[in-house]
Amino acid sequence: MASRLHIPTAPYRPGEQPDFSTIKLPKAGELARPDELVAANECSELPFNLLRVLDDNHQATGPWDPQLPAAVLLDGLRYMLLTRLYDERMLRMQRQGKMSFYLKCTGEEAVSVAQCMAVNDGDMLFPTYRQQGLLITRGYPLLDMMCQCLSNAGDKLQGRQLPVMYSSDVHKFFSISGNLGTQFSQAVGWAMAAEYRKTNDIAVAWVGEGTSAEADFHYALTFSSVYRAPVILNVVNNQWAISTHQNVAGGDQNPFAARGIGYGIPGLRVDGNDFLATYAATRWAAQRARTGGGPTLIELYTYRAAPHSTSDDPAKYRPTDEWEHWPLGDPVERLKQHLVALDEWSETDHERMREELEDTVSTIWKEAVSLGTLNEGPHPPDAAMFEHVYKEMPSHLVEQRRQLEGRDERSN
Amino acid sequence: MNAVINLQDDRSERRTAPEGLRPETGSMSMIQALNSAMDVMLEKDPNVVIFGEDVGYFGGVFRCTEGLQQKHGEDRVFDTPIAEGGIVATAIGMGVNGLRPVVEIQFADYIYPAFDQIASELARLRYRSAGQFWSPVTIRTPCGGGIRGGQTHSQTPEALFAHVCGLKTVMPSNPYDAKGLLISAIEDDDPVIFFEPKRLYNGPFDGDPDKPAVSWDNHEKGQVPVGHYRVALGKAETVRAGNDLTILAYGTMVHVALAAAAREGIDAEVIDVRTLAPLDIDTLCESVCRTGRCVIVHEATRHCGYGAELSAQVQEHCFWNLEAPIERVTGWDTPYPHAQEWAYFPGQARVAKALRRTLDA
Ligand SMILES: Cc1ncc(C[n+]2csc(CCOP(=O)(O)OP(=O)(O)O)c2C)c(N)n1
Repeated sequence: MASRLHIPTAPYRPGEQPDFSTIKLPKAGELARPDELVAANECSELPFNLLRVLDDNHQATGPWDPQLPAAVLLDGLRYMLLTRLYDERMLRMQRQGKMSFYLKCTGEEAVSVAQCMAVNDGDMLFPTYRQQGLLITRGYPLLDMMCQCLSNAGDKLQGRQLPVMYSSDVHKFFSISGNLGTQFSQAVGWAMAAEYRKTNDIAVAWVGEGTSAEADFHYALTFSSVYRAPVILNVVNNQWAISTHQNVAGGDQNPFAARGIGYGIPGLRVDGNDFLATYAATRWAAQRARTGGGPTLIELYTYRAAPHSTSDDPAKYRPTDEWEHWPLGDPVERLKQHLVALDEWSETDHERMREELEDTVSTIWKEAVSLGTLNEGPHPPDAAMFEHVYKEMPSHLVEQRRQLEGRDERSN
Repeated sequence: MNAVINLQDDRSERRTAPEGLRPETGSMSMIQALNSAMDVMLEKDPNVVIFGEDVGYFGGVFRCTEGLQQKHGEDRVFDTPIAEGGIVATAIGMGVNGLRPVVEIQFADYIYPAFDQIASELARLRYRSAGQFWSPVTIRTPCGGGIRGGQTHSQTPEALFAHVCGLKTVMPSNPYDAKGLLISAIEDDDPVIFFEPKRLYNGPFDGDPDKPAVSWDNHEKGQVPVGHYRVALGKAETVRAGNDLTILAYGTMVHVALAAAAREGIDAEVIDVRTLAPLDIDTLCESVCRTGRCVIVHEATRHCGYGAELSAQVQEHCFWNLEAPIERVTGWDTPYPHAQEWAYFPGQARVAKALRRTLDA
């Protein structure tokens, strides 16, 4: 047989009928849970499997069940729902022209909420633009998030960043970069410093599966393995990188979680729409990192239900109903069903919570727009653009600021 | 985030200095001066860590970090994988977490894999987070030709970095400045790209490859204090006062310019720019406005080279005082060749011609 160039394609394109019965879904609860300090080689089956805790009857099962109290699960449900409602509101407002851009994480809420809840407040988060749930879970004010998206007078980032590129030192949420993947290797450095300083903090970083092709992914795995840095490296495999299917990042060869083995890093492949499995995997990796075991690579297997961003039209490259066929369902719905099955929650409770959270978002939104919008202002002052280029403003920037403000005869 | 961190210093047992690391006298080569700067900073600030390719056990391919791992410990001076992007990225993360990393990129020619981390991340972190996050990384890297390095061991890409706002870009021309500037760079809370002209590592070089090599021993700027001192960033130095014209140069070209002027018997004022960004425009323009003539010399290629910026600024500030066109003497707009190295290198003869043209204009 002659060899041929392999050009991977997406399984389904617009107009085609998605059928995901080919995706092998192992039963929940079947996967063994090794000791956190296991060697990567001794758990090399994990990345080729799929860690699931919630079964088809919405029960938690198996050794990975984190056995969380109902109150904690309810918190998780609340943060996920708030994240979704926040996204919906912001999308509508973007459509109304209040913002230049917006980006949702619909269908992926369990990733950021469960993972955030599974680590400590002192742990440093190095997110992508699709982990707004981290900030919501850490209690960052919605008002500040909205003002950032509006680039208004209340924007803590002084209008410098595209909407959703949040940053909060207080909440240990690293400033989001537009350059994909750069935070992955930076997180390793942060974790190395944590070790050097003998703190017990770890770093947690995320990239999309598309971004796993960037050099920074390799740097992060190499450096974290070499120096055994206490870091959790997450690949969110939401199937799509804009219009490019995960197969084009090599997902049709081996799972992304299996990339760790070659570096001596254990890989966990997790049902990312299963709140409990996502929590349990993260907890395992955090424990490993904190006790000297070094990094873990986690692949969160999920689906990007929303368009890539407001600049994207997925109808051009995938079936519009693909998400409805996605075999792993909706993370919010699945946790809700679990709580209902536990008799801790009901549809009525859920509706009430939804209304309450919608009201909260609406109220805060009104406050946010009262501080201005991108089109109508007020914005942070123009002169603020010269601040923070350096710690102290050098003379040429002082001069340029004067020119901008028209205080210089040469201004134009 | 980078609030003062109280580190328990429990490494004192390991801190016995290897014999003979520091020269007894105040005379140091540029390599020794750089080594001393790092030694002083490792001693002074427990948050300083040093890493790069071959930097730890071996002490660097140019020996700039020799003995530092032995003296300060493996967790403070260590070898890295060969991944320039990874080196800078981890340094950024460490800096965010309170450390003060000093990394070596083995040759400036190999800094490009790290360019994204430098230009998009390191340089802009403070800005994009409105001051919430910043990382005081110093990146040391040997640059420049005249060492038979061919096109992959001879580049001086300073213009690419001086163009990036948020970075400070430095290139010393002698051991005294090298140590003082490196200490300032490490202590600075902004990121600094620190270019080390490797042709000057072991002695001053006036551009004549046929002359026997000289050491720094008898050079005034080879006399270096053993302890801590700073040479301020953002300050040029007038290395020779003169009246006929002003030469702006940095790195190896400072020595070439001095020799060319001496050879022509020209009373040139020679200014060592030292910090390319932020630029000490006042010192430069005060001189050019006085002499009315300006020649700019650098080793890197000409087109969009740093000399273009110098020329533009001199023109903006000194136009009414200029009596001749501003001249640039630079490397040709070709890669740095191997066999034709000395035809490429902007040596004394080319500088001297430009000086003559400028005086005669
Ligand atoms: C270095 C870099 N290259 C390209 C882009 C443009 N870009 C933005 S998002 C994106 C797709 C990323 O996909 P993935 O990593 O899978 O994450 P997802 O958006 O699915 O969460 C691309 C190509 C960029 N921002 N940075």
